[in-house]
Amino acid sequence: MKAKVVVFVIFAAFIIYAAIKIHPFGEPSNSAMDDYMITHAQNQTAANNVVTSVVFDYRGYDTLGEATVLFSAIAGVLITLRKKEGENE
Amino acid sequence: MNDGRMSIIVRTIATSIFPFVLIFSLYVIMHGHLTPGGGFQGGAIAASAIVMMIAAYGHERMKTKISENGLAMAESIGATIFAIIAFIGVVMAASFMYNFLVGTPLFGEIPPFGSNSGILNSGGVLPLLNIAVGMKVIGGLAAVVMIMALAGDKK
Repeated sequence: MKAKVVVFVIFAAFIIYAAIKIHPFGEPSNSAMDDYMITHAQNQTAANNVVTSVVFDYRGYDTLGEATVLFSAIAGVLITLRKKEGENE
Repeated sequence: MNDGRMSIIVRTIATSIFPFVLIFSLYVIMHGHLTPGGGFQGGAIAASAIVMMIAAYGHERMKTKISENGLAMAESIGATIFAIIAFIGVVMAASFMYNFLVGTPLFGEIPPFGSNSGILNSGGVLPLLNIAVGMKVIGGLAAVVMIMALAGDKK
């Protein structure tokens, strides 16, 4: 019981310290990536929508994985629920 | 509620707005590189239109109009087109998913920097990838709903 209280106090102190030390909202510490995207995305991908150019071009590998997740989920549903010919229950 | 159909009011409204929902979904897919939206979102809109028709008319009638094998095939074709376009980038520029159409006449027009100029003929491979993902999501979500509706009626 005493050990639980000690662990709880340490954990709570860590959480409170992290909440105090968090950097203020709206002032990112590293904005080099954002500035690069805003400056170069229209020239490099020829698309006006920078979000789409990030999703489908800079992070296209990520989107391929997302599509694979969707594909395997749907394949699982189709395999599980498909009616077989000549099957009587 | 005979044979899974809903009332005449619901069926009439569903039939009336079905083409407009499909047109809106194609708009969202085709303008994915200009406005918010894209393949996933537009595909979900079109799949919801198909689900609306299944709910209004019942799956007994809808399975004569659409087949879940065709929908599953559309999903597989979309995934294959996505992967092929991704690997063409490797061949053309030695980088996976390289945007090899920038600067070419097909979807290659580079828009001026600044606010949205609305040039549809831009984006490189992004419109093609959006169409592929749209096919995939339309086929996948509609096939899941169709196969679940068909699996419920084996008694």
